[in-house]
Amino acid sequence: MSGPTQRPAEVEPIATPPVEPERYELEERPTHTFALDRREVFRVLGGGIAVALLLGGDSHAQESGRAGRRGELPRDVAVWLHIDEAGAVTVYTGKVEVGQNIRTSLTQAVCEELRVPADAVRLVMGDTDRVPYDRGTFGSLTTPIMSSHLRRVAAAARATLLGLAAEQLKIDATNLEVSAGHVAHNASGRSLDFGELTGGREILRTVRDDEAVTEPTRWTISGTRVPKVGGRAFVTGQHLYPSDVTLPDMLHGKVLRPTALNSTLKRIDVSAAEAMTDVTVVHDGDFVGVAAPTLSGAEAALASIDAEWSSLPQQGDRELFDYLRTQATEESQGGGGRSRSDVAGSLEQGFENAEVTVEATYEVAYIQHVPLEPRAAIASWDEHGLTVQTGTQRPFGVRTELAEAFRLPEVRVRVIMPDTGSGYSGKHTGETAVEAARLARAAGRPVRVVWTREEEFTWAYFRPAGVIDVRAAAAADGALRPPGSFTTTTPAPPPSRLRIRSPTAASTSTVPTTRFGRAPTAGWPRLPTSSRAKPPSTSLPPHSVSTRCRCGSATSMPAGFATF
Amino acid sequence: MKSRLDGGTGEAEPTTSVRRVAAINVNGADFPLDVDPRQPLLWVLRDNLGLTGSHYGCGEGQCGACTVLVDGTPRRSCIIAVGDVAGRAITTIEGLAQNGRLHPLQQAFLQQDALECGYCTSGMIMSGAALLQRDPNPSRREIVRRMVGHICRCGVYQRIVAAIQSVAETVPEKER
Repeated sequence: MSGPTQRPAEVEPIATPPVEPERYELEERPTHTFALDRREVFRVLGGGIAVALLLGGDSHAQESGRAGRRGELPRDVAVWLHIDEAGAVTVYTGKVEVGQNIRTSLTQAVCEELRVPADAVRLVMGDTDRVPYDRGTFGSLTTPIMSSHLRRVAAAARATLLGLAAEQLKIDATNLEVSAGHVAHNASGRSLDFGELTGGREILRTVRDDEAVTEPTRWTISGTRVPKVGGRAFVTGQHLYPSDVTLPDMLHGKVLRPTALNSTLKRIDVSAAEAMTDVTVVHDGDFVGVAAPTLSGAEAALASIDAEWSSLPQQGDRELFDYLRTQATEESQGGGGRSRSDVAGSLEQGFENAEVTVEATYEVAYIQHVPLEPRAAIASWDEHGLTVQTGTQRPFGVRTELAEAFRLPEVRVRVIMPDTGSGYSGKHTGETAVEAARLARAAGRPVRVVWTREEEFTWAYFRPAGVIDVRAAAAADGALRPPGSFTTTTPAPPPSRLRIRSPTAASTSTVPTTRFGRAPTAGWPRLPTSSRAKPPSTSLPPHSVSTRCRCGSATSMPAGFATF
Repeated sequence: MKSRLDGGTGEAEPTTSVRRVAAINVNGADFPLDVDPRQPLLWVLRDNLGLTGSHYGCGEGQCGACTVLVDGTPRRSCIIAVGDVAGRAITTIEGLAQNGRLHPLQQAFLQQDALECGYCTSGMIMSGAALLQRDPNPSRREIVRRMVGHICRCGVYQRIVAAIQSVAETVPEKER
């Protein structure tokens, strides 16, 4: 790969590749941070042992826990684990369950360190009022990072329990052992369960993320096969997904979709919907929605709305890749790519000297994530503010969206994520939550919005399409003597996070529109065609980004390789 | 905007008078109702009866998440009008366990880890249970053939087939 004088810098370390956040994942720090108040902790949680984790300044720790600059201590800590006065263990994490089974694997990690059986630990996940800040559940980071965090807090809790037992039994802690939810002195047979140790206590422990944990070679629970936590509820239909959650007096919400992306309302008449009994109609800018006590009532109200949209000409599948190529500008090439500081030599010169050049173009279509459970949110307002239960991979990100959309401080917004019917990294944004919250505010009652499959296929976030042009140069024997040149061109649809629209591009040629229009049973009347929104024609985000990856070096041979 | 009810009523009251559905039989019990017979069964189960174990995935009978049994036969509840099943025996995922004892296939799904997000699971189990009822010892090919039309976006198909097969192999026929 490299000669003795060759700098090894050509090869990036592969152990911990940086995660490239998509543009919508890049966000400002939350506007409010709160120091941990001991009295407040025990007022909220009750007595016992609470363990807070103080995250260091390394980049991985920043992924969970509030972002701070490198080397800077985080400004706040939060309780990650609590053992109440009866000995019950509750763990708090901002990660969410979308089928990857982390509720089980994280429980295993905690049980491992606390030496308790799997059913002794309860995980509170993705509830912004109760769990430490977390940027989101994506990038396969839960197991390497969150699991490690939880091991550390659980190990600290175990150490605290050992200390308490040593004090109570007047036996040196090194002679005690934690197992099966007890701290025991095997020589004398004396043993105390967790509740006997935590009763009447208020102990707040803050640990750093370098707390010692059990060696993987000594694991007995992690890595073993355990039943899915809460599995019985899933196979009996008892689990409540976001689209199953109901609240007293709840209304069903529907949102009027434009005929194409980036459309503006030209004319609208909502009078027929407003005349309907028990129907709330919201017309706020380009947002038009209705709420009614029954789903069919909401659908009827929506169907009665007469709207005309004006939209710009948009590209179809056939023009898509040409469009991307021509629209990629130097200016739009900024975001997202990995940059390398170890480039040497000249690409142009490399190509001039090349004996063989290879060029290829790859086209990547827009891809729908198709989570089997469509986007769903149920919103309610009270004197404290807004609470939304929704299926999202970024509860804190959605909290920020809601706070901005409704001009509220984030403390007045609570986002709760019930274990959700999949996401596949397509459920990062909070449009459904914003829709439900807007309708609930107008109705003065809780409102649930569940997207249809058609809405998913036309208005949900899509994996961006792209064109990748690759050009490589080599010597006649195949050696990458001249550096290869890679030029990629991809669009980066901007998330319209606070608008009621999404950067969707669904082509009329690929979406089977006739399917969606089919009546399910004979005699089931169709919507009046005048109010039926057409699926948007293919629409493209206005921005594109072109990135150029360079690798190799014109002055050293042979060159290394690049990944992109 | 087309609706989840696909076609939607477009009106609060039907123009022609239709006989409203006054009751349906679900999981062995009669539930009094007063609904338009053209309402899809799925939404009556979910919104009127509060039985949310049958899930909405597509609204057009293409994904299988809403599958229930009508007189023992798997049907897509999102495209059946409730009026068409009044008086027939409807079984949903909530009615499969008997006296707190899981159906062998529910047990098998847990044992084989045949679910990830679980959203398709209700429909998978309902069709799988009906399949085993009809053919106690199906071949793998037969299982795959009969489960076509059920979508698991998490991709747990192999384990789902294994779960169904495990019941066929282990559970005495009279207990299925």
